[in-house]
Amino acid sequence: MDEAHISRGFKSKRHEQTTKDRVPPGQHVTTEFPILSAGPTPQAKVADWSLALQLGGSLLRKWSWVEFEALPQTMIKTDIHCVTKWSKLDTTWQGVTFDDLLKTAGLSEPPEPYVMAHCDGGYSTNVPVADLVDGKGVIVTRYEGLPILPAHGGPARLLVPHLYFWKSAKWVRRIRFMPKNERGFWESLGYHNYGDPWKEQRYDGD
Amino acid sequence: MTGTNRPSPPKRLEWQLAQVRDVVAETSRVKSLMLKPASWPGHLPGQHVDIRLTAEDGYQAQRSYSISSPPEDELLALTVERMKDGEVSPYLLDELRVGDQLELRGPIGGYFVWTGAAMRPIYLLAGGTGITPLMSMLRHRDRRPSRPPALLIYSARTWEDIVYRDELGAMMRRDSGFRLVYALTRQQPEGWTGHRGRINKSLLSANWCPPALNPTIYVCGPTAFVETAAGLLVELGFDPLSIKTERFGPSGG
Repeated sequence: MDEAHISRGFKSKRHEQTTKDRVPPGQHVTTEFPILSAGPTPQAKVADWSLALQLGGSLLRKWSWVEFEALPQTMIKTDIHCVTKWSKLDTTWQGVTFDDLLKTAGLSEPPEPYVMAHCDGGYSTNVPVADLVDGKGVIVTRYEGLPILPAHGGPARLLVPHLYFWKSAKWVRRIRFMPKNERGFWESLGYHNYGDPWKEQRYDGD
Repeated sequence: MTGTNRPSPPKRLEWQLAQVRDVVAETSRVKSLMLKPASWPGHLPGQHVDIRLTAEDGYQAQRSYSISSPPEDELLALTVERMKDGEVSPYLLDELRVGDQLELRGPIGGYFVWTGAAMRPIYLLAGGTGITPLMSMLRHRDRRPSRPPALLIYSARTWEDIVYRDELGAMMRRDSGFRLVYALTRQQPEGWTGHRGRINKSLLSANWCPPALNPTIYVCGPTAFVETAAGLLVELGFDPLSIKTERFGPSGG
């Protein structure tokens, strides 16, 4: 269908229309912070937590929680957009940028063009490296100044706010460089491989 | 599961019109819309559709709704609960009439689904209208010649808030392989001998399929319900990877 069908009798109830340049098509603003996950919330303890950076089958670098907390910290204030149609404006996060992670691992440039983020609970998601460098991707450990709750992805989650929020993988533990753009969990289950909210790339083929 | 060797480019899920054939009042806050989409490829129990409403001035709103009908039925049923201060649900419940056209696309979702192919028991936990996708699974199971055992634990505020209560009761009476357990959180009818209050560990340990039977577990409801239920199941020894969850966030309905 090229043209939208007018829904008889439907009117907007939103009094304050958020400007269209803040909210992608098909999204609506919420002040809540909804939780969407495919399974139970893992309860990882920071004492047992680590983050690994991997190239193919070999380990490039691994950080314990204490080591990770000692890395340069970046604050980010951003809007987030979930594929289930809510957007949340002006959220603040703190963590380590992907750039700083590479630098600390001694990499002058990314060894492959794609990564797969692997998480506790079996979740994974694929992201092009170009969408993580230059400050675009951050491994965050604080939300609004406080440790991230397990249900929201704590102790650490990926934050790639310019893509739909499923790309901002909760409970991230391992980032694996890969030469080809393999599909992650939702990407193998009918969701879009890239997920640009401004192009409304929700599902495969969008 | 790689995207590099795909036989053909993925097909876009197109928006289409569905005609409203019937509207069924399920409870005081819940109705089922019975729809006839222009072309429907079929769905798996547990999948959902996206609905798009467009106002005269071009304003649009989209929401997702779970499908409650089984794949066998001719009409597609969406069961919708009234959200306080919602924008879409009041329109669907109060304004939409039989004969109207509704724009939708789907089916969507490939994880929170039950195909019925495996004979593993299914263990379903519903909070409120989280029953919707689980009802599609139970209706599909009910139409199959051979059925795995099923257990539904359904938490509702009151007896009157139980969606599909008559149908679930009838299903239980004719099928010894289906066990139905209600938890009523706010108010119970006189003489109620079932569970009072929210679900807890003792309710789940008194009504479960042993992890050794390798059940497939589906939990659907409001966030707090799902967090509690899934956490208790992990404590009871179920493999987290066997627990599929769908959380209804307070997304403004």
